[in-house]
Amino acid sequence: MADKRVWVWTEIVDGAAHRQSLELLTPARALGRAEAVVLGPADGDALASIGNHGAQVVHHGDDPRYAEYLAEPQAATLATMIANDAPDLILFSSTPSARDVVSRLVAKLDAGIVANATDVGYERDELRVPWGAETTGTVTLRDSKPHLVQIRPKAFAAEEVGGQAEVQPVTVAIEDRTLRTKVVETVVEESEGPNLEDAAIIVSGGRGLGQPENYTLVEELAKALGGAPGATRAIVDAGWVPYSHQVGQTGKTVKPTLYVACGISGAIQHIAGMKGSKYIVAINRDPDAPIFELADLGVVGDVMTIVPKLTEQLRNG
Amino acid sequence: MKIVVCAKHVPDPNMPMEVDTGTKRLKRNPAQSILDPSDEYGIEIALQIVEKQGGEVVVLTMGPAAAEDALRRAMAMGAERAIHLQDDALAGSDALGTAKALAAAIRAESPDLVVCAVESTDAYTGMVPGALAELLDLPQVTFARSLAVDSGKITVQRATETGYQTVEAQLPALVTVTASVAEPRYPSFKLMMQAKKKPVDGKDAAALGVDTGAIGEAGAKEEVLAVELIREEKQGVKITDEGGDSVEQIVAYLKKIQVA
Repeated sequence: MADKRVWVWTEIVDGAAHRQSLELLTPARALGRAEAVVLGPADGDALASIGNHGAQVVHHGDDPRYAEYLAEPQAATLATMIANDAPDLILFSSTPSARDVVSRLVAKLDAGIVANATDVGYERDELRVPWGAETTGTVTLRDSKPHLVQIRPKAFAAEEVGGQAEVQPVTVAIEDRTLRTKVVETVVEESEGPNLEDAAIIVSGGRGLGQPENYTLVEELAKALGGAPGATRAIVDAGWVPYSHQVGQTGKTVKPTLYVACGISGAIQHIAGMKGSKYIVAINRDPDAPIFELADLGVVGDVMTIVPKLTEQLRNG
Repeated sequence: MKIVVCAKHVPDPNMPMEVDTGTKRLKRNPAQSILDPSDEYGIEIALQIVEKQGGEVVVLTMGPAAAEDALRRAMAMGAERAIHLQDDALAGSDALGTAKALAAAIRAESPDLVVCAVESTDAYTGMVPGALAELLDLPQVTFARSLAVDSGKITVQRATETGYQTVEAQLPALVTVTASVAEPRYPSFKLMMQAKKKPVDGKDAAALGVDTGAIGEAGAKEEVLAVELIREEKQGVKITDEGGDSVEQIVAYLKKIQVA
């Protein structure tokens, strides 16, 4: 039943619509009428790209204070817009800002939320949301209007459908009492090497590497394969590698063609971020490590011996 | 400075997870449950602030009797006292129900700062802190990778996808912290023994003054229709390496899938 009014909370980063927001216009279109909500400055190009991805309407509040004061003014405005306009469903992405806004909104509306959804649909007009990573299931929301659903990255592909959105200004006034959390500086940190999220090949390391210096083995194998190096939360927390390398629930979600897991046991947290990989090769000393359940090729053995030999062979290959 | 840190007793993330298909909840084996590792960062930074500026750190949890373990661990790290929300009526709470119960307990404490992890390790919705901030009418300062409190103001580096933002708010406030915020201390045996004597204030729904229709399974708006543990066991090949003799096979596999 493609008769729902679906809003997509759409984030603008560096002047462009965020990829994860554009992804959500795909299910929004399939379920009915897709409308984007953009709170904060956005230029004509950014709004046009939202239309091009299937939004029929962009509700745009261009007040710069939405970006400067983060979640609170946005959640307040959304609550007013919802009261006035009653959409059926609102989709949020998995970015920090999306999670900040929707979590605040949940309490404001006294509404339910399904987080970490991997799809969204209706069955006989009842919401059906599959969610999860290792545990999975289907959830619905009771006594909750509108339905709020927060969707995992890459659950859908962003599609350019060539549409044009009608831009409708959001006229809700921002209340001063919502302006409490102020952004005083935004810093972009340059990361080296290929972008983890776009890499076709990823080689990741975990605790099984033993010590920080051994992470270079992972980097070298990644280089030999023309891929990007990744890491588990455990070694990021331990300070071996920066957060930008982290794959997993609290890190990046990746879907490369090949994922090589070196010394990674396969904690749920990590699996959540890489289980969509097409081929998985796991090298681990413990034959019972959960990672082997996901592996297309599992190698029970010592990463310190296997990985350097493999790198050498590929280089000479 | 009074700081309330929210903490959770979770199944050890390094053990395999199990779900009860009858109740559709996670199976929680107390013997294999621990203080959520992601809460240790918040406890640590709260202790560091209080050690510098004076005050107290109060740790708060909601959960069955066994969750007291998590509180004892937090007190062994240095928290002064604990509050334990425990009631059958709280079981099955969704994120908002959880936030309502926690908010009731925090309101009674009037802290300067509330500290939460970005998300729990077991349910990982990340929805409780924002809901809690709204219910308490506090500014929310989130994803902190570093944190400083000075003259009634909190300043954090908020982790973003491409770097960070420096964000500030006046106290009282709620902050969510990432693993980068502080390196958790490991409590000594002596502190662990002392923690056994520290006070735990048990509270049920009536003591909190929350409407039992708004919490627990009764108040949950999220209804789980089906749940399963997916072990997508691939029909993969598993080989055992001896001294690097698997490398030929790995290379052959990479050639087969056309990446080498």
